[in-house]
Amino acid sequence: MATDNTLIEVNNLNVGFRFGDEYYNAVEDVSISLAKNEILAIVGESGCGKSTLATAIIGLHDPHNTRIEGEILYNGLDLTKLNEKLYNRLRGNDISMIFQDPLGSLNPVMTIYKQIEESLIYHTKLNDKERYDRVLELLNQVGIPKPERVMKQYPHELSGGMRQRVVIAIALANKPPVIIADEPTTALDVTIQAQILDLMKDIQEETESGIILITHDLGVVAETADRVAVMYAGQIVEEAPVDVLFTDPKHPYTRSLLNSIPNELHEDGEELHVIQGTVPSLQNLPRKGDRFRDRIPWIPDEAFDEDPILHEIAPGHKVRGNSWKYFHFEGEEME
Amino acid sequence: MEFLELQNMKIHFPIRGGIFNTIQDYVYAVDGVNMVIGTGKTYGLVGESGSGKTTIGKGIIGLEHVTGGKVLYEGVDVTNKARSRAQAYRDYNKDIQMIFQDSTSSLNPKKRIKDVIAEPMRNYFNYTKEEELNRVIELLEIVGLNENAIYRYPHEFSGGQRQRIGVARAVASDPKLIIADEPTSALDLSVQAQVLNFMQRIQKEYGLSYLFISHDLSVVKHMADDIAIMHRGRFVEQGSKEQIFNNPQHIYTKRLLSAIPKIDPLNREEHMDERRRIEAAYHEHQKDYYDENGRVYDLMKLSDDHYAALNPNISAEQLNIKGDA
Repeated sequence: MATDNTLIEVNNLNVGFRFGDEYYNAVEDVSISLAKNEILAIVGESGCGKSTLATAIIGLHDPHNTRIEGEILYNGLDLTKLNEKLYNRLRGNDISMIFQDPLGSLNPVMTIYKQIEESLIYHTKLNDKERYDRVLELLNQVGIPKPERVMKQYPHELSGGMRQRVVIAIALANKPPVIIADEPTTALDVTIQAQILDLMKDIQEETESGIILITHDLGVVAETADRVAVMYAGQIVEEAPVDVLFTDPKHPYTRSLLNSIPNELHEDGEELHVIQGTVPSLQNLPRKGDRFRDRIPWIPDEAFDEDPILHEIAPGHKVRGNSWKYFHFEGEEME
Repeated sequence: MEFLELQNMKIHFPIRGGIFNTIQDYVYAVDGVNMVIGTGKTYGLVGESGSGKTTIGKGIIGLEHVTGGKVLYEGVDVTNKARSRAQAYRDYNKDIQMIFQDSTSSLNPKKRIKDVIAEPMRNYFNYTKEEELNRVIELLEIVGLNENAIYRYPHEFSGGQRQRIGVARAVASDPKLIIADEPTSALDLSVQAQVLNFMQRIQKEYGLSYLFISHDLSVVKHMADDIAIMHRGRFVEQGSKEQIFNNPQHIYTKRLLSAIPKIDPLNREEHMDERRRIEAAYHEHQKDYYDENGRVYDLMKLSDDHYAALNPNISAEQLNIKGDA
């Protein structure tokens, strides 16, 4: 489904980590595309492989202990085949990343100005004056008050929300078409989170870039994303436009997850839905069959495919396997 | 007689400086807070980071020195008495327990689960070895862990399991009040649901009270009966869950409520407009809600189950008109 607007296309990607002599896939058979002017959210619980997918796209994995199969196409270029030097030209210029922890991703001994300027020095031929103007422009764009003063400050002098704005400014410095945001607001308070999300949306509309938003927070997804992919145990189990995913979820995992959020639908004292069991560890992951099967044991065996694949059930709505047709919550009747 | 009552509680931290390291000023972490927790009820304490909500919890359990006001436990003044060995305060020590946010650092990595959970029992009860073991197993079952966990170490468990061990330990001394400081913030959604369910189940079974400290309003809404919203060390609004969520009066409460992401993608444009409108109103009308030093006003009674810190010189109606403008 590559169209002119496609920025990134991931085809059948496997990312495996080495334990001893064996590789175990933390991301398996992931195919996904990101279009211009779109926010694609990837949701899932910790350990589902969402951050691994992001680091594979931007090439930050450890090459000695990671095996990548499949392709990641950007402008017809397969990123999995790039060497480090070429990748460096891409990173920050074409694809940039916003990390979860703004304190950890800023250099504590460099001023804010130096850190934003760094990427401009590396990727552009701007002179001192032009760089200064650009940094000022960026700080204004991300809504930092008194940018001339903040420029000369160090990360520890800023609040968490301001730091995250600086990180976003760095990511935006070269107007990259693709931005990957890995849990950008998880470390922030709700009011600051709302500001940062609004900011990201504004910037995305302004620059027409594509954003891959990685998060575990379904509320954040509902407020910002255009399209959503839900991951479980390294695989995408469902992919849909945001309104479809929340109004008409299909896959058992998506439905269970949505049901475990505390919300208005729960009456006083009513218990929340709990997904039985735990996510299997990477080495113990069943490599065959439906990975979610063990957690919904009341569903009869014939519901599960031998090899569930992601297929389209409606335009733009993909679900893995056919178990969703048989799924009902424990104790409830089939609809 | 109330079960637990805070009367004008203050916790101020000195800021030292100058040549002789004298006290220059204070940080007013908690500044005059009143609160009543009823038996078997859950009290939700909400605020952003740095608002002083954890400090209140620590003040009650005695991990922080209370500089002013009183903590009354079943009518007895127990302010700063947690370290006391006197018989009079023994019940207070036993009856108030805490669950911490970070399960990794709140369990001793060198102790087996059996010893972790048995420690409070050894402090307060004279169990024989066998009774102790049975009680540990019983507690583990309540939080959904099986018997073979007792000889394992904390690192062998997942985050959700560790947090449940933390719950089991807090319950071990048969407490009456558990202070839960962000008990599920570090957990995934489905695991959070497990821990919250266990907490509710235990509450029903033992008639426990909770002081539930969190920044996550949806979780607090699910758990709490009464809620206090905290800002700058003081309560800006206090009342029943229904009043706080359906009829917020203080601009800060409105701002906090509007900032929660809602799972309603079809109407998100409206949410965003609403959020921006309230954010603008918050900045514009700050002076109506905070005094000239930026301090939150004293709480004003609006109804039996609703208090808000409004400017005594401006009536609520006037504020409402401004807030909606």
